[in-house]
Amino acid sequence: MNIVVLVKQVPDSGSERTLDSSDNTVARASADNVINEMDEYAIEEALQVKEAHGGEVTILTMGPDSATDTIRKALSMGADKAIHVTDPALHGSCVIATSAVLAKALGTIEWDLVLSGAQSTDGGLTMMPALLAERLGVAHLSGARKLTVDGSKLTVERQTDGGYWTIEGQTPAIVSTWDTMNEPRYPSFKGIMAAKNKPVTTLSLADLGVDASEVGLGAATSTVLEFANRPPKGEGEQVKDEGDGAAKLADFLASKKFV
Amino acid sequence: MSEVLVLVETVADGDGVALKKVTLEMLTAARALGEPSAVVAGAVGTAAAVKERVAEYGAAKIYVAESDDIDNHLVAPKAEVLAKLVADTSAAAVILPSTQEGKEVAGRLAIKIGSGLLTDISEVNSDGTATQVVFAGAVIVKSKVAKGTPIYTVSPNSVAPQPQPAAGEEVPVDIAISDDAKRVTVVGRTLEASGGRPELTEASIIVSGGRGVGSAENFALIEGLADSLGGAVGASRAATDSGFYPHQYQVGQTGKTVSPQLYVAVGISGAIQHRAGMQTSKTIVAINKDNEAPIFELADFGVVGDLFQIVPALTEEITKRKA
Repeated sequence: MNIVVLVKQVPDSGSERTLDSSDNTVARASADNVINEMDEYAIEEALQVKEAHGGEVTILTMGPDSATDTIRKALSMGADKAIHVTDPALHGSCVIATSAVLAKALGTIEWDLVLSGAQSTDGGLTMMPALLAERLGVAHLSGARKLTVDGSKLTVERQTDGGYWTIEGQTPAIVSTWDTMNEPRYPSFKGIMAAKNKPVTTLSLADLGVDASEVGLGAATSTVLEFANRPPKGEGEQVKDEGDGAAKLADFLASKKFV
Repeated sequence: MSEVLVLVETVADGDGVALKKVTLEMLTAARALGEPSAVVAGAVGTAAAVKERVAEYGAAKIYVAESDDIDNHLVAPKAEVLAKLVADTSAAAVILPSTQEGKEVAGRLAIKIGSGLLTDISEVNSDGTATQVVFAGAVIVKSKVAKGTPIYTVSPNSVAPQPQPAAGEEVPVDIAISDDAKRVTVVGRTLEASGGRPELTEASIIVSGGRGVGSAENFALIEGLADSLGGAVGASRAATDSGFYPHQYQVGQTGKTVSPQLYVAVGISGAIQHRAGMQTSKTIVAINKDNEAPIFELADFGVVGDLFQIVPALTEEITKRKA
Protein backbone atom coordinates (compact mmCIF):
# COMPACT_ATOMS: atom_id res chain seq x y z
CA MET A 1 0.00 0.00 0.00
CA ASN A 2 1.57 3.27 -1.10
CA ILE A 3 0.95 6.06 1.35
CA VAL A 4 1.40 9.81 1.15
CA VAL A 5 1.58 11.84 4.36
CA LEU A 6 0.71 15.53 4.26
CA VAL A 7 3.25 17.41 6.36
CA LYS A 8 3.38 21.12 7.10
CA GLN A 9 6.04 23.30 8.61
CA VAL A 10 4.60 25.71 11.16
CA PRO A 11 5.87 28.31 13.62
CA ASP A 12 6.51 26.55 16.93
CA SER A 13 3.36 26.80 19.03
CA GLY A 14 5.57 27.26 22.09
CA SER A 15 7.10 30.49 20.76
CA GLU A 16 5.59 33.94 20.29
CA ARG A 17 3.56 33.81 17.11
CA THR A 18 2.13 36.70 15.19
CA LEU A 19 1.42 37.93 11.68
CA ASP A 20 3.76 39.87 9.43
CA SER A 21 2.52 43.47 9.39
CA SER A 22 3.75 44.01 5.81
CA ASP A 23 1.18 41.64 4.27
CA ASN A 24 -0.76 40.07 7.18
CA THR A 25 0.57 36.56 6.49
CA VAL A 26 2.04 34.23 9.12
CA ALA A 27 5.34 35.63 10.39
CA ARG A 28 7.87 32.86 9.88
CA ALA A 29 10.99 34.80 10.71
CA SER A 30 10.09 35.60 14.31
CA ALA A 31 9.47 32.05 15.50
CA ASP A 32 11.21 28.69 15.28
CA ASN A 33 9.73 26.76 12.38
CA VAL A 34 9.06 23.13 13.16
CA ILE A 35 7.11 20.14 11.90
CA ASN A 36 3.42 20.47 12.72
CA GLU A 37 3.18 18.29 15.82
CA MET A 38 -0.10 16.72 14.72
CA ASP A 39 1.49 15.45 11.51
CA GLU A 40 3.80 13.15 13.46
CA TYR A 41 0.81 10.95 14.29
CA ALA A 42 0.01 10.63 10.61
CA ILE A 43 3.64 9.74 9.82
CA GLU A 44 3.68 7.13 12.58
CA GLU A 45 0.43 5.61 11.33
CA ALA A 46 1.78 5.50 7.79
CA LEU A 47 4.90 3.70 8.96
CA GLN A 48 2.81 1.17 10.90
CA VAL A 49 0.58 0.49 7.89
CA LYS A 50 3.66 0.07 5.70
CA GLU A 51 5.24 -2.30 8.22
CA ALA A 52 2.09 -4.43 8.20
CA HIS A 53 1.14 -4.25 4.53
CA GLY A 54 4.23 -3.19 2.58
CA GLY A 55 4.53 -0.27 0.17
CA GLU A 56 6.22 3.10 0.31
CA VAL A 57 5.69 6.20 2.43
CA THR A 58 6.04 9.57 0.68
CA ILE A 59 6.01 12.91 2.48
CA LEU A 60 4.24 15.76 0.68
CA THR A 61 4.99 19.29 1.84
CA MET A 62 4.24 22.70 0.39
CA GLY A 63 6.27 25.53 1.82
CA PRO A 64 9.33 27.75 1.49
CA ASP A 65 12.91 26.48 1.28
CA SER A 66 13.09 26.34 5.07
CA ALA A 67 10.57 23.47 5.02
CA THR A 68 13.46 21.21 4.02
CA ASP A 69 14.24 20.79 7.72
CA THR A 70 10.73 19.54 8.36
CA ILE A 71 10.93 17.13 5.45
CA ARG A 72 14.21 15.71 6.80
CA LYS A 73 12.60 15.23 10.19
CA ALA A 74 9.77 13.26 8.58
CA LEU A 75 12.23 11.18 6.55
CA SER A 76 14.32 10.50 9.66
CA MET A 77 11.26 8.92 11.31
CA GLY A 78 11.30 6.37 8.48
CA ALA A 79 9.45 7.72 5.45
CA ASP A 80 11.00 6.68 2.15
CA LYS A 81 10.94 9.83 0.05
CA ALA A 82 9.45 13.27 -0.20
CA ILE A 83 7.90 15.79 -2.55
CA HIS A 84 8.53 19.43 -1.75
CA VAL A 85 6.27 21.86 -3.59
CA THR A 86 7.91 25.24 -3.43
CA ASP A 87 7.60 28.41 -5.45
CA PRO A 88 7.90 32.07 -4.45
CA ALA A 89 4.50 32.71 -6.05
CA LEU A 90 2.84 30.47 -3.44
CA HIS A 91 3.48 32.94 -0.60
CA GLY A 92 0.18 33.98 0.98
CA SER A 93 -1.90 31.31 -0.74
CA CYS A 94 -5.29 30.65 0.86
CA VAL A 95 -6.44 27.20 1.89
CA ILE A 96 -8.48 26.79 -1.29
CA ALA A 97 -5.53 27.53 -3.60
CA THR A 98 -3.23 25.39 -1.47
CA SER A 99 -5.62 22.46 -1.83
CA ALA A 100 -5.57 22.90 -5.62
CA VAL A 101 -1.77 22.77 -5.65
CA LEU A 102 -1.58 19.77 -3.32
CA ALA A 103 -4.20 17.95 -5.41
CA LYS A 104 -1.99 18.48 -8.48
CA ALA A 105 1.05 17.25 -6.58
CA LEU A 106 -0.84 14.10 -5.53
CA GLY A 107 -1.48 13.54 -9.21
CA THR A 108 2.25 13.13 -9.89
CA ILE A 109 2.53 9.82 -8.03
CA GLU A 110 0.67 6.55 -7.51
CA TRP A 111 -0.91 6.20 -4.07
CA ASP A 112 -3.60 4.26 -2.25
CA LEU A 113 -3.83 6.21 0.97
CA VAL A 114 -3.19 9.79 2.04
CA LEU A 115 -2.77 10.45 5.75
CA SER A 116 -2.95 13.85 7.42
CA GLY A 117 -2.73 15.24 10.94
CA ALA A 118 -5.84 16.41 12.76
CA GLN A 119 -5.00 20.05 12.10
CA SER A 120 -2.13 22.47 11.73
CA THR A 121 -1.19 24.30 14.89
CA ASP A 122 -0.83 27.62 13.04
CA GLY A 123 -3.89 28.15 10.83
CA GLY A 124 -5.84 25.38 12.53
CA LEU A 125 -8.44 25.23 9.76
CA THR A 126 -8.54 21.40 9.92
CA MET A 127 -10.08 21.16 6.46
CA MET A 128 -7.28 20.36 4.03
CA PRO A 129 -8.09 16.62 3.85
CA ALA A 130 -11.77 17.41 3.19
CA LEU A 131 -10.82 19.87 0.44
CA LEU A 132 -8.53 17.31 -1.19
CA ALA A 133 -11.14 14.56 -0.98
CA GLU A 134 -13.67 16.86 -2.62
CA ARG A 135 -11.25 17.80 -5.40
CA LEU A 136 -9.97 14.27 -6.03
CA GLY A 137 -13.29 12.47 -5.64
CA VAL A 138 -11.99 9.99 -3.08
CA ALA A 139 -13.23 8.83 0.32
CA HIS A 140 -12.31 10.90 3.37
CA LEU A 141 -12.34 9.07 6.67
CA SER A 142 -11.77 11.76 9.26
CA GLY A 143 -10.97 11.99 12.94
CA ALA A 144 -9.42 8.53 13.03
CA ARG A 145 -8.42 7.34 16.47
CA LYS A 146 -8.01 3.85 15.00
CA LEU A 147 -7.42 2.66 11.44
CA THR A 148 -7.80 -0.91 10.22
CA VAL A 149 -6.63 -1.82 6.71
CA ASP A 150 -8.07 -4.96 5.11
CA GLY A 151 -7.09 -5.04 1.45
CA SER A 152 -8.78 -2.04 -0.11
CA LYS A 153 -11.28 -1.72 2.73
CA LEU A 154 -10.58 0.84 5.43
CA THR A 155 -12.34 0.92 8.77
CA VAL A 156 -11.90 3.87 11.09
CA GLU A 157 -13.00 4.74 14.59
CA ARG A 158 -13.89 8.41 14.21
CA GLN A 159 -13.57 10.35 17.45
CA THR A 160 -16.74 12.28 18.21
CA ASP A 161 -17.72 14.48 21.11
CA GLY A 162 -19.62 11.82 23.01
CA GLY A 163 -17.82 8.69 21.84
CA TYR A 164 -16.91 7.38 18.41
CA TRP A 165 -18.42 6.38 15.10
CA THR A 166 -17.31 3.38 13.10
CA ILE A 167 -16.93 4.38 9.46
CA GLU A 168 -15.89 2.48 6.35
CA GLY A 169 -14.56 3.34 2.91
CA GLN A 170 -12.44 2.03 0.06
CA THR A 171 -9.02 3.06 -1.18
CA PRO A 172 -7.96 5.36 -2.70
CA ALA A 173 -8.81 7.37 0.37
CA ILE A 174 -7.70 10.14 2.67
CA VAL A 175 -7.61 9.47 6.40
CA SER A 176 -7.14 12.30 8.87
CA THR A 177 -5.72 11.14 12.16
CA TRP A 178 -6.42 11.98 15.78
CA ASP A 179 -3.60 12.45 18.26
CA THR A 180 -4.66 9.52 20.41
CA MET A 181 -4.12 7.14 17.52
CA ASN A 182 -0.54 6.14 18.30
CA GLU A 183 2.67 7.27 19.93
CA PRO A 184 4.94 8.79 17.27
CA ARG A 185 8.43 7.30 17.27
CA TYR A 186 11.55 9.36 17.78
CA PRO A 187 13.97 9.34 14.87
CA SER A 188 16.87 6.96 15.57
CA PHE A 189 20.45 7.99 14.89
CA LYS A 190 20.41 5.56 11.98
CA GLY A 191 17.19 7.14 10.73
CA ILE A 192 18.66 10.62 10.92
CA MET A 193 21.74 9.53 8.93
CA ALA A 194 19.65 7.66 6.35
CA ALA A 195 17.35 10.66 5.86
CA LYS A 196 20.21 12.69 4.40
CA ASN A 197 20.30 10.42 1.36
CA LYS A 198 16.60 9.86 0.78
CA PRO A 199 15.19 11.35 -2.42
CA VAL A 200 13.37 14.68 -2.23
CA THR A 201 11.67 15.81 -5.42
CA THR A 202 11.20 19.56 -5.67
CA LEU A 203 8.26 20.74 -7.75
CA SER A 204 7.53 24.30 -8.83
CA LEU A 205 4.20 25.65 -10.01
CA ALA A 206 5.41 25.27 -13.59
CA ASP A 207 6.22 21.60 -12.91
CA LEU A 208 2.62 21.12 -11.73
CA GLY A 209 1.06 23.10 -14.53
CA VAL A 210 -0.45 25.66 -12.17
CA ASP A 211 -0.55 29.28 -13.29
CA ALA A 212 0.99 31.66 -10.75
CA SER A 213 -2.03 33.95 -11.06
CA GLU A 214 -4.22 31.25 -9.45
CA VAL A 215 -2.26 31.20 -6.19
CA GLY A 216 -0.59 33.51 -3.71
CA LEU A 217 -1.83 36.47 -1.75
CA GLY A 218 -3.32 38.21 -4.77
CA ALA A 219 -5.60 35.30 -5.61
CA ALA A 220 -6.56 34.48 -2.02
CA THR A 221 -10.28 33.75 -1.51
CA SER A 222 -10.12 35.30 1.95
CA THR A 223 -8.18 38.30 3.16
CA VAL A 224 -6.88 39.41 6.52
CA LEU A 225 -7.77 43.10 6.72
CA GLU A 226 -6.10 43.88 10.01
CA PHE A 227 -4.79 42.18 13.11
CA ALA A 228 -3.87 43.09 16.66
CA ASN A 229 -2.06 41.24 19.37
CA ARG A 230 -4.56 40.48 22.07
CA PRO A 231 -4.12 42.85 24.98
CA PRO A 232 -2.74 41.08 28.06
CA LYS A 233 -5.40 40.29 30.61
CA GLY A 234 -5.66 42.74 33.45
CA GLU A 235 -4.14 41.69 36.73
CA GLY A 236 -6.44 39.18 38.38
CA GLU A 237 -6.90 38.75 42.09
CA GLN A 238 -4.77 36.15 43.83
CA VAL A 239 -5.20 34.86 47.36
CA LYS A 240 -3.16 32.41 49.37
CA ASP A 241 -5.24 29.69 50.98
CA GLU A 242 -5.22 30.12 54.76
CA GLY A 243 -8.11 27.77 55.22
CA ASP A 244 -10.46 30.38 53.74
CA GLY A 245 -9.46 29.98 50.06
CA ALA A 246 -12.54 27.95 49.15
CA ALA A 247 -14.90 30.47 50.78
CA LYS A 248 -13.19 33.39 49.02
CA LEU A 249 -13.39 31.57 45.72
CA ALA A 250 -17.08 30.82 46.31
CA ASP A 251 -17.61 34.55 47.04
CA PHE A 252 -15.94 35.43 43.76
CA LEU A 253 -18.06 32.92 41.83
CA ALA A 254 -21.17 34.28 43.54
CA SER A 255 -20.18 37.85 42.61
CA LYS A 256 -20.06 36.69 38.98
CA LYS A 257 -23.41 34.92 39.41
CA PHE A 258 -22.02 31.44 38.78
CA VAL A 259 -23.33 30.30 42.16
CA MET B 1 -33.69 40.89 2.79
CA SER B 2 -31.41 38.16 1.53
CA GLU B 3 -31.28 34.75 3.05
CA VAL B 4 -28.47 33.39 5.17
CA LEU B 5 -28.26 29.61 5.34
CA VAL B 6 -27.43 28.14 8.74
CA LEU B 7 -26.59 24.43 8.96
CA VAL B 8 -28.33 22.97 12.01
CA GLU B 9 -26.06 20.87 14.21
CA THR B 10 -27.57 18.18 16.37
CA VAL B 11 -26.29 15.61 18.79
CA ALA B 12 -27.59 12.12 19.54
CA ASP B 13 -30.06 12.12 22.41
CA GLY B 14 -31.42 8.73 23.33
CA ASP B 15 -33.03 7.32 20.22
CA GLY B 16 -33.48 10.77 18.67
CA VAL B 17 -31.51 13.96 18.29
CA ALA B 18 -31.23 17.22 20.20
CA LEU B 19 -30.25 20.63 18.97
CA LYS B 20 -26.73 21.79 19.79
CA LYS B 21 -26.55 25.23 21.36
CA VAL B 22 -24.15 26.44 18.66
CA THR B 23 -27.09 26.32 16.25
CA LEU B 24 -28.85 29.05 18.23
CA GLU B 25 -25.61 31.03 18.33
CA MET B 26 -25.31 30.77 14.54
CA LEU B 27 -28.92 31.83 14.01
CA THR B 28 -28.22 34.86 16.19
CA ALA B 29 -25.00 35.74 14.36
CA ALA B 30 -26.65 35.28 10.95
CA ARG B 31 -29.01 38.20 11.52
CA ALA B 32 -26.14 40.64 10.91
CA LEU B 33 -26.01 39.44 7.30
CA GLY B 34 -29.67 38.85 6.43
CA GLU B 35 -32.63 36.68 7.24
CA PRO B 36 -31.61 33.34 8.77
CA SER B 37 -32.87 30.10 7.24
CA ALA B 38 -32.14 26.88 9.08
CA VAL B 39 -30.95 23.91 7.04
CA VAL B 40 -31.67 20.47 8.43
CA ALA B 41 -29.72 17.67 6.74
CA GLY B 42 -29.89 14.38 8.55
CA ALA B 43 -31.95 11.42 9.60
CA VAL B 44 -35.70 11.32 9.12
CA GLY B 45 -37.31 13.04 12.10
CA THR B 46 -34.53 15.58 12.70
CA ALA B 47 -36.58 18.60 11.64
CA ALA B 48 -39.48 17.60 13.89
CA ALA B 49 -37.10 17.54 16.84
CA VAL B 50 -35.57 20.97 16.23
CA LYS B 51 -38.10 23.11 14.36
CA GLU B 52 -39.67 24.90 17.31
CA ARG B 53 -36.39 26.11 18.72
CA VAL B 54 -34.84 27.20 15.44
CA ALA B 55 -38.01 29.20 14.68
CA GLU B 56 -37.84 30.76 18.12
CA TYR B 57 -34.28 31.88 17.31
CA GLY B 58 -35.03 33.51 14.00
CA ALA B 59 -35.36 30.88 11.26
CA ALA B 60 -37.88 32.26 8.76
CA LYS B 61 -37.55 29.08 6.73
CA ILE B 62 -36.43 25.61 7.66
CA TYR B 63 -35.07 23.65 4.70
CA VAL B 64 -35.54 19.97 5.35
CA ALA B 65 -33.40 17.31 3.70
CA GLU B 66 -33.92 14.04 5.53
CA SER B 67 -32.95 10.60 4.32
CA ASP B 68 -31.01 7.47 5.20
CA ASP B 69 -28.53 8.43 2.48
CA ILE B 70 -27.68 11.61 4.38
CA ASP B 71 -27.67 9.98 7.79
CA ASN B 72 -25.62 6.94 6.81
CA HIS B 73 -22.81 8.71 4.97
CA LEU B 74 -20.21 11.00 6.42
CA VAL B 75 -20.12 14.77 5.74
CA ALA B 76 -20.29 14.82 1.92
CA PRO B 77 -24.12 14.57 1.59
CA LYS B 78 -24.55 17.68 3.75
CA ALA B 79 -22.24 19.64 1.46
CA GLU B 80 -24.38 18.56 -1.51
CA VAL B 81 -27.55 19.74 0.21
CA LEU B 82 -26.01 23.13 1.00
CA ALA B 83 -24.57 23.55 -2.51
CA LYS B 84 -28.02 22.96 -3.99
CA LEU B 85 -29.61 25.45 -1.60
CA VAL B 86 -26.97 28.11 -2.33
CA ALA B 87 -27.79 27.75 -6.02
CA ASP B 88 -31.58 27.67 -5.49
CA THR B 89 -31.85 30.57 -3.03
CA SER B 90 -29.01 32.91 -4.07
CA ALA B 91 -28.13 33.00 -0.37
CA ALA B 92 -26.03 35.91 0.88
CA ALA B 93 -23.88 33.66 3.07
CA VAL B 94 -23.65 30.21 4.62
CA ILE B 95 -22.92 29.70 8.31
CA LEU B 96 -21.77 26.40 9.83
CA PRO B 97 -20.48 25.41 13.25
CA SER B 98 -16.72 25.35 13.84
CA THR B 99 -16.89 21.72 14.79
CA GLN B 100 -15.02 18.83 13.20
CA GLU B 101 -17.95 18.01 10.96
CA GLY B 102 -18.99 21.61 10.37
CA LYS B 103 -15.56 22.52 9.06
CA GLU B 104 -15.39 19.49 6.80
CA VAL B 105 -18.77 20.33 5.30
CA ALA B 106 -17.68 23.97 4.90
CA GLY B 107 -14.52 22.97 3.04
CA ARG B 108 -16.34 20.70 0.61
CA LEU B 109 -19.00 23.34 0.05
CA ALA B 110 -16.34 25.97 -0.71
CA ILE B 111 -14.94 23.80 -3.51
CA LYS B 112 -18.41 23.00 -4.87
CA ILE B 113 -19.57 26.61 -5.08
CA GLY B 114 -16.20 28.26 -5.73
CA SER B 115 -16.21 30.39 -2.59
CA GLY B 116 -13.76 31.51 0.01
CA LEU B 117 -14.36 30.81 3.66
CA LEU B 118 -13.45 31.93 7.16
CA THR B 119 -13.24 29.44 10.03
CA ASP B 120 -13.40 29.82 13.80
CA ILE B 121 -15.02 33.21 13.74
CA SER B 122 -16.28 34.77 16.96
CA GLU B 123 -18.25 37.59 15.35
CA VAL B 124 -19.58 38.58 11.93
CA ASN B 125 -20.50 42.11 10.89
CA SER B 126 -23.07 43.44 8.45
CA ASP B 127 -20.31 44.32 5.95
CA GLY B 128 -19.31 40.65 5.85
CA THR B 129 -16.12 41.10 7.84
CA ALA B 130 -15.52 38.67 10.66
CA THR B 131 -13.36 38.41 13.76
CA GLN B 132 -11.10 35.43 14.29
CA VAL B 133 -8.94 34.70 17.30
CA VAL B 134 -5.76 32.95 16.17
CA PHE B 135 -2.51 31.56 17.56
CA ALA B 136 -4.04 30.26 20.75
CA GLY B 137 -5.80 33.51 21.48
CA ALA B 138 -2.68 35.64 21.08
CA VAL B 139 -3.79 37.52 17.96
CA ILE B 140 -7.17 38.92 16.93
CA VAL B 141 -7.75 39.14 13.20
CA LYS B 142 -10.37 40.90 11.12
CA SER B 143 -10.93 39.14 7.81
CA LYS B 144 -13.18 39.07 4.81
CA VAL B 145 -14.10 36.52 2.18
CA ALA B 146 -12.88 37.76 -1.19
CA LYS B 147 -14.63 35.35 -3.53
CA GLY B 148 -18.09 33.91 -4.05
CA THR B 149 -20.86 33.38 -1.50
CA PRO B 150 -19.08 33.78 1.85
CA ILE B 151 -18.91 30.72 4.10
CA TYR B 152 -18.28 31.14 7.82
CA THR B 153 -17.76 28.64 10.59
CA VAL B 154 -18.67 30.00 14.03
CA SER B 155 -16.82 28.96 17.19
CA PRO B 156 -19.18 27.52 19.80
CA ASN B 157 -19.82 29.79 22.81
CA SER B 158 -18.62 32.97 21.11
CA VAL B 159 -22.02 34.50 20.37
CA ALA B 160 -24.74 34.96 23.00
CA PRO B 161 -27.94 33.39 21.59
CA GLN B 162 -30.90 35.80 21.51
CA PRO B 163 -34.45 34.61 20.76
CA GLN B 164 -36.20 36.32 17.86
CA PRO B 165 -39.36 34.43 16.92
CA ALA B 166 -39.84 33.83 13.20
CA ALA B 167 -42.17 31.85 10.98
CA GLY B 168 -40.11 28.67 10.71
CA GLU B 169 -41.81 27.65 7.49
CA GLU B 170 -40.76 24.12 6.55
CA VAL B 171 -39.53 23.76 2.97
CA PRO B 172 -38.71 20.25 1.76
CA VAL B 173 -35.47 19.93 -0.22
CA ASP B 174 -35.80 17.63 -3.20
CA ILE B 175 -32.38 16.07 -3.57
CA ALA B 176 -30.95 12.70 -4.52
CA ILE B 177 -27.55 12.25 -2.91
CA SER B 178 -24.95 11.33 -5.54
CA ASP B 179 -22.80 8.20 -5.38
CA ASP B 180 -19.79 10.52 -5.06
CA ALA B 181 -21.09 11.64 -1.68
CA LYS B 182 -21.59 8.09 -0.43
CA ARG B 183 -17.97 7.00 -0.28
CA VAL B 184 -17.83 6.80 3.50
CA THR B 185 -20.48 4.81 5.32
CA VAL B 186 -21.31 5.20 8.99
CA VAL B 187 -21.77 1.65 10.27
CA GLY B 188 -21.96 2.34 13.99
CA ARG B 189 -22.30 5.10 16.55
CA THR B 190 -20.96 4.36 20.00
CA LEU B 191 -21.59 6.60 22.98
CA GLU B 192 -19.04 6.64 25.76
CA ALA B 193 -20.04 7.57 29.27
CA SER B 194 -20.05 11.28 30.02
CA GLY B 195 -21.69 11.05 33.42
CA GLY B 196 -24.62 13.11 32.15
CA ARG B 197 -22.45 16.25 32.03
CA PRO B 198 -22.72 18.83 29.26
CA GLU B 199 -20.56 18.40 26.20
CA LEU B 200 -17.20 20.14 26.50
CA THR B 201 -17.35 22.61 23.61
CA GLU B 202 -20.96 23.54 24.42
CA ALA B 203 -20.61 23.90 28.18
CA SER B 204 -20.99 27.28 29.89
CA ILE B 205 -18.88 26.12 32.81
CA ILE B 206 -15.86 23.82 32.64
CA VAL B 207 -13.76 22.47 35.48
CA SER B 208 -10.44 21.02 34.28
CA GLY B 209 -7.82 19.05 36.11
CA GLY B 210 -4.13 18.75 35.36
CA ARG B 211 -1.04 16.92 36.45
CA GLY B 212 -1.52 18.22 39.98
CA VAL B 213 -4.63 16.09 40.41
CA GLY B 214 -2.24 13.16 40.61
CA SER B 215 -4.35 10.15 39.65
CA ALA B 216 -7.43 8.89 37.86
CA GLU B 217 -9.14 8.27 41.21
CA ASN B 218 -8.54 11.87 42.28
CA PHE B 219 -10.38 13.12 39.22
CA ALA B 220 -13.55 12.34 41.21
CA LEU B 221 -12.77 15.65 42.96
CA ILE B 222 -12.86 17.49 39.63
CA GLU B 223 -16.08 15.74 38.65
CA GLY B 224 -17.63 16.63 42.00
CA LEU B 225 -16.79 20.32 41.59
CA ALA B 226 -18.03 20.30 38.00
CA ASP B 227 -21.30 18.69 39.09
CA SER B 228 -21.82 21.24 41.85
CA LEU B 229 -21.53 23.99 39.22
CA GLY B 230 -23.48 22.09 36.55
CA GLY B 231 -20.39 22.11 34.34
CA ALA B 232 -18.37 19.83 32.10
CA VAL B 233 -15.08 18.18 33.02
CA GLY B 234 -11.91 18.84 31.05
CA ALA B 235 -8.31 17.81 31.45
CA SER B 236 -4.89 19.06 30.45
CA ARG B 237 -2.70 17.04 28.14
CA ALA B 238 -0.44 16.17 31.05
CA ALA B 239 -3.46 14.62 32.76
CA THR B 240 -4.72 12.72 29.73
CA ASP B 241 -1.24 11.52 28.77
CA SER B 242 -0.82 10.23 32.33
CA GLY B 243 -4.05 8.29 31.96
CA PHE B 244 -5.89 10.30 34.64
CA TYR B 245 -8.80 11.07 32.31
CA PRO B 246 -9.85 10.03 28.77
CA HIS B 247 -8.20 11.85 25.88
CA GLN B 248 -11.50 13.02 24.46
CA TYR B 249 -11.76 15.51 27.35
CA GLN B 250 -8.42 17.13 26.64
CA VAL B 251 -8.49 20.92 26.41
CA GLY B 252 -5.60 22.50 24.57
CA GLN B 253 -3.67 22.93 21.38
CA THR B 254 -4.05 19.29 20.46
CA GLY B 255 -7.43 18.82 22.08
CA LYS B 256 -10.62 20.83 22.29
CA THR B 257 -10.74 24.59 22.05
CA VAL B 258 -13.27 25.89 24.53
CA SER B 259 -14.64 29.31 25.36
CA PRO B 260 -17.00 28.92 28.32
CA GLN B 261 -18.35 31.63 30.59
CA LEU B 262 -16.35 30.12 33.45
CA TYR B 263 -13.21 28.01 33.27
CA VAL B 264 -11.82 26.54 36.48
CA ALA B 265 -8.25 25.22 36.15
CA VAL B 266 -7.27 22.90 38.95
CA GLY B 267 -3.69 21.71 39.31
CA ILE B 268 -2.88 22.96 35.83
CA SER B 269 0.33 24.94 35.41
CA GLY B 270 -0.83 26.66 32.25
CA ALA B 271 1.64 25.60 29.58
CA ILE B 272 1.03 27.15 26.16
CA GLN B 273 -0.31 23.75 25.06
CA HIS B 274 -3.19 24.15 27.50
CA ARG B 275 -3.66 27.90 27.25
CA ALA B 276 -4.22 27.52 23.53
CA GLY B 277 -7.44 25.67 24.21
CA MET B 278 -8.99 27.87 26.91
CA GLN B 279 -7.48 31.33 26.71
CA THR B 280 -10.65 32.95 25.36
CA SER B 281 -12.81 31.77 28.28
CA LYS B 282 -14.74 34.72 29.70
CA THR B 283 -13.86 34.21 33.36
CA ILE B 284 -10.90 32.10 34.43
CA VAL B 285 -10.28 30.76 37.91
CA ALA B 286 -7.18 28.83 38.93
CA ILE B 287 -6.23 26.69 41.89
CA ASN B 288 -2.56 25.77 42.05
CA LYS B 289 0.04 25.24 44.75
CA ASP B 290 2.71 27.15 42.81
CA ASN B 291 2.07 30.88 42.93
CA GLU B 292 4.36 31.34 39.91
CA ALA B 293 2.35 28.97 37.68
CA PRO B 294 1.67 30.70 34.33
CA ILE B 295 -2.03 29.90 34.63
CA PHE B 296 -2.27 32.72 37.20
CA GLU B 297 -1.35 35.24 34.46
CA LEU B 298 -4.70 34.41 32.85
CA ALA B 299 -6.76 34.00 35.99
CA ASP B 300 -9.35 36.53 37.08
CA PHE B 301 -9.20 34.89 40.46
CA GLY B 302 -6.48 32.59 41.68
CA VAL B 303 -6.07 30.60 44.86
CA VAL B 304 -2.60 29.45 45.82
CA GLY B 305 -2.84 26.33 47.90
CA ASP B 306 -3.45 22.61 48.11
CA LEU B 307 -6.17 21.53 45.71
CA PHE B 308 -6.96 18.51 47.89
CA GLN B 309 -8.02 20.92 50.65
CA ILE B 310 -9.60 23.61 48.51
CA VAL B 311 -11.61 21.62 45.96
CA PRO B 312 -13.67 19.53 48.41
CA ALA B 313 -14.31 22.62 50.55
CA LEU B 314 -15.32 24.63 47.49
CA THR B 315 -17.65 21.87 46.25
CA GLU B 316 -19.29 21.76 49.67
CA GLU B 317 -19.55 25.55 49.84
CA ILE B 318 -21.15 25.78 46.38
CA THR B 319 -23.56 22.94 47.10
CA LYS B 320 -24.54 24.65 50.36
CA ARG B 321 -25.08 28.03 48.70
CA LYS B 322 -27.09 26.50 45.89
CA ALA B 323 -29.34 24.55 48.27
